[in-house]
Amino acid sequence: MSTTLVQIQVEEKRFRAHQVIDRLALDIRAGEIVSLVGPSGCGKSTLLRIVAGLETDYAGRVLIKGAKPQLHSPEVGFIFQEPRLLPWLSVADNVGFEAGRGGGKHPRVGELLAEVGLAAFADAWPKQLSGGMAQRAAIARGLFTQPALLLLDEPFSAVDAFTRMRLQDLLLSIAAHHGTTLLLVTHDVDEAVYLSDRVVVMNSGPGRIAGDVVVPLPRPRDRRDPALGRARSEVLTLLNGAQQDYHDIAPDIAAAPPAAAPIDWSKLSFAV
Amino acid sequence: MSTLSIAAGQARGWVLPLALLALWEVVVQAGWVGANLLPPPSELVHTLHDLATDGALLGHIGISTLRVLAGFAIGASLALLVGAVVGLSRQVEAYLDPTFQALRAIPSLAWVPLLLLWLGIDEAPKITLIAIGAFFPVYLNFVAGIQNVDRKLVEVGGIFGLKGRELVARIFLPATLPNLFTGLRSGLSLAWMFLVAAELIAATRGLGYLLTDGRETARADLVIVAIIVLALLGKLSDSLLQHAEKRLLGWRDVFDGRAA
Repeated sequence: MSTTLVQIQVEEKRFRAHQVIDRLALDIRAGEIVSLVGPSGCGKSTLLRIVAGLETDYAGRVLIKGAKPQLHSPEVGFIFQEPRLLPWLSVADNVGFEAGRGGGKHPRVGELLAEVGLAAFADAWPKQLSGGMAQRAAIARGLFTQPALLLLDEPFSAVDAFTRMRLQDLLLSIAAHHGTTLLLVTHDVDEAVYLSDRVVVMNSGPGRIAGDVVVPLPRPRDRRDPALGRARSEVLTLLNGAQQDYHDIAPDIAAAPPAAAPIDWSKLSFAV
Repeated sequence: MSTLSIAAGQARGWVLPLALLALWEVVVQAGWVGANLLPPPSELVHTLHDLATDGALLGHIGISTLRVLAGFAIGASLALLVGAVVGLSRQVEAYLDPTFQALRAIPSLAWVPLLLLWLGIDEAPKITLIAIGAFFPVYLNFVAGIQNVDRKLVEVGGIFGLKGRELVARIFLPATLPNLFTGLRSGLSLAWMFLVAAELIAATRGLGYLLTDGRETARADLVIVAIIVLALLGKLSDSLLQHAEKRLLGWRDVFDGRAA
């Protein structure tokens, strides 16, 4: 648990004139499960794409096992918000995509499919899967290279609440089994607290780390555990900048109530 | 859907043609229309039988089919090559696409005199004309297909480190296959159309020649038989492609007309 797997130091990331990330530093230990939460536009997905090697145009330094992130590194798996299975490949071929054409015959594909509970669907087309099943197949695909680090970009935001809970537990058991380090971006504070060893809260405009909340509970965790609730309030406090104001409008606009329109008496009808 | 109801569905498709054939026979036999202008179906069967037994029909079909296959193969392969380059590179598209759009607007028959001048009256001008006909639908559909490939799937390819030819082969090609088949099927039907145009003008064999021959010898039965054979061949070749399409594109998540 002690070795550092990922070192992130992003000085700045811009999209044209817009500064997305400003001076962000984050270290992740091997085997740790870390969530990034924050309002939309805070650069958390961008940060994930930088670690994945999808974004290379930034100022700063990111190291995974001491090396720069690169696309197609067997050390890093990536799971998108949507399953993004290739519709023309069978489920098995999707999972074994890395192994080239006919990758579905790779022995590890069968194991992974069994692990995510899709053994019976190896030869199915992606169109025959439900949303939760497709995302499970995507998880299996992300694990095919046996990566040390698995990056997940809001992986369960497109499935219903019950499926989400099942997928979360599946993810945890798989990560524990393979000893995979997880870095996931989520909008869901409950999800972040339940899954993570550490929840990193980001602020927007430009994206910075507001603080992190350590969740020192052993697994398996009880979703009703009051300690989770306390961690959740801590995250919410950080998210709202320590103020109990959930209004998403600028303070000056909120301070000035809209002027009441004068009543047009002629439009009113008093007929009974 | 049971096989029985499928058979019933196909049987329904035969009702109208059979009724029309019966009406046709009656109209001609009753003498309302001259049999020399509109030979009745029974006579057409005779003509077909005669042509088939002396082997002439098979020869015409053979040479026409060969021409279509050769022209279609050349046109479609060129379209795949050019389409891939144009579809994948905006720069090449900017240079080439306007020209192809202009060439596409030229009616097929306008090419004929030029091709005869350049290439003589042998097979070359016919196959070239057919290739021109097959080229454009394949090209247009293929380019449109490439440009409509889901960016998210291309990104998946990127995550797996695919570049260049690998990316084309494993992401772009399968993703464009539905469009490609649409293009191939309309290209093939245009190939048959251009075949007739080519054979009408300068040929001594082939179904288009049979049409000209029938006109010159005032034998409407020959003309109608040639038309029917052309229709059958066109339908047959399209069915083959359709069959391949169904087999290769089973993965598509599309409305199949049998919604619950």
